[in-house]
Amino acid sequence: MTTYILRRLGFSVFVLWGALTIVFAAIRLAPGDPAQLMLGSDATAQDVASLRQRLGLDRPILIQYVDYLVRAVRLDLGVSLRLDQPAAQAILERFGETARLAATAMLLALGASFPLGIWAALRPRSPVDSFVSLVSLLGQSVPNFWLGIMFILLFARQLRLLPSGGAETWQHLILPAVTLALPLVGVLTRLVRSGMLDVLDEDYVRTAWAKGLPPRTVVTRHALINMLIPVVTVIGLQLGHLLGGAVIVETVFAWPGVGRLLVEAIGNRDYPLVQAAVVFITTGFVLINFLVDLSYGYLDPRVRLG
Amino acid sequence: MSSELSPSLTRTAPPAPPNLEGLGGPSPSAAEPAAVAGSRPERSSRARRQRVRLALSALPLVLFILIAALGPLVFPYDSVTVRTGERLKPPGEILADGSRALLGTDQVGRDLLAQVLQGARISLLVGLATVAVAGLIGLLVGVLAGYYGGAVDAVSMRLADIQLAFPSILLAILIAAMLGPSVVNVIITLALTRWVTFARVARAATLATRERDFVTAARALGAGDRRLLGRHIIPSTVGPLVVIATVEVGLVIIAEASLSFLGLGTPSDQPSWGLVVANGRAYLNTAWWISTMPGLALSLVVLAVGRFGDQLRDTLDPRAASRA
Repeated sequence: MTTYILRRLGFSVFVLWGALTIVFAAIRLAPGDPAQLMLGSDATAQDVASLRQRLGLDRPILIQYVDYLVRAVRLDLGVSLRLDQPAAQAILERFGETARLAATAMLLALGASFPLGIWAALRPRSPVDSFVSLVSLLGQSVPNFWLGIMFILLFARQLRLLPSGGAETWQHLILPAVTLALPLVGVLTRLVRSGMLDVLDEDYVRTAWAKGLPPRTVVTRHALINMLIPVVTVIGLQLGHLLGGAVIVETVFAWPGVGRLLVEAIGNRDYPLVQAAVVFITTGFVLINFLVDLSYGYLDPRVRLG
Repeated sequence: MSSELSPSLTRTAPPAPPNLEGLGGPSPSAAEPAAVAGSRPERSSRARRQRVRLALSALPLVLFILIAALGPLVFPYDSVTVRTGERLKPPGEILADGSRALLGTDQVGRDLLAQVLQGARISLLVGLATVAVAGLIGLLVGVLAGYYGGAVDAVSMRLADIQLAFPSILLAILIAAMLGPSVVNVIITLALTRWVTFARVARAATLATRERDFVTAARALGAGDRRLLGRHIIPSTVGPLVVIATVEVGLVIIAEASLSFLGLGTPSDQPSWGLVVANGRAYLNTAWWISTMPGLALSLVVLAVGRFGDQLRDTLDPRAASRA
């Protein structure tokens, strides 16, 4: 188990290094001088030169790269140009709101998709099954930025039940969380359904039915437990996509999280902040998947990882 | 095992459970015993039904392609002309020139139907071009990695691992923000973020085919690498790649619209559906139709692509049909 953890840890570090490198390269390979882009076309040559110096863009690219990596290890992600504060600090200030939104969306999605998926799997090819399929297909087909706007139109503008933007009260959380959760409901419901169908075919489930156990016991104790591993894998992956989706949903609902900070930073050409936000979200994603890998051993004692 | 465990999520085909030792994969479920042990006529009627279902699910897509191709000819889109007298007219309203604005007009009096039709072209173009580019890159990388193994395989698959560590929309936002808004840049951006899925599928198919007896036989008969790849390996990857490609078209269309919604996709004179939805946000109180109509079109197209992808997968892999 220790070897396995170390190997996964090594892999995560490798992936993080790669992600840092891609972000570094993306900003420097872009057409045009980053300093010029940040300041706009009406900046004086002197301003551009001084910004280049401040960002270290005048140094050899290899030195910049090494310096960037060393700073990243020390969690120094540079200084935001507009906010005039360390990028890491700006992000941490906003991260709580993003985490609150993503966690709520994940709980909503789990709460909806498990009952729906199990229900459909217990009655395959029935109207219930078709209905659940339709819901999950819709969840995956409707783009979340448009869904969010439709929710605003209906619940905020027409019915005046919920606020359309901001994050002051718990009511503000409802629309963005539901918007963010819906695509996930689609993915997870399909997964729970097909996982249950596989498990329900197993001999030990037939045995459980044959010895007259109540349906609830068969479903929860025998079937459900044994299909959790693939579901947990996907939940880990989807948490990352939630962080990505949050960028759009936060923009729609004026939610003060990291995603909206990122979009604002792009609009302001605040590249150090863009770079820091992408690195931060990606790190979160890699960490989550590392934890997911570790959880396999606990979910299934038969798994001897090594 | 590491690479098998890392993210490889596609929308309609959740990854197989990690193949951990001693756990065993899912047993192929035989929900339809008739199909397994069935006599020949039963089997072929089932296959025919499947083909009919596939054709039916393709109909909305054919319609979409026709609308995208012909629509703008009937209702030409004009990005320049501003008709202040026709601002924010609701759907169905008759305009001063006697024409009817079926989907209403936007904040500067442009006909929304014409914008939605032009947007269909952009969605279709970006969807197909991106999947073609990403598919070709993925095919090339995946087949070479799977066939030759070694350093090519190690480097390309580690690169794939790294890329999958980004939530894909995030990588797209980063690249698109650097390249600036244009249709070609959107295609480049999305192809760069989506080739990985194709490469992995092509590699897996290559690995599976490489060791098959007919490939060994062809090699024993003196076939060179070029012939083996061209005649045996690449054809074996086409089926799985086509299934992935349909799923990806839907994802790419959504990704393009999302980028355009954020102002990072198409330039403002190109009415991508995402851009029009974003334009309408400021007028939600007075003109609900501006944001609603293009999003509705977008959802319907993605829904149709998703249905077709499901049917296609069921047709090509009947075993999955009973489960997914």
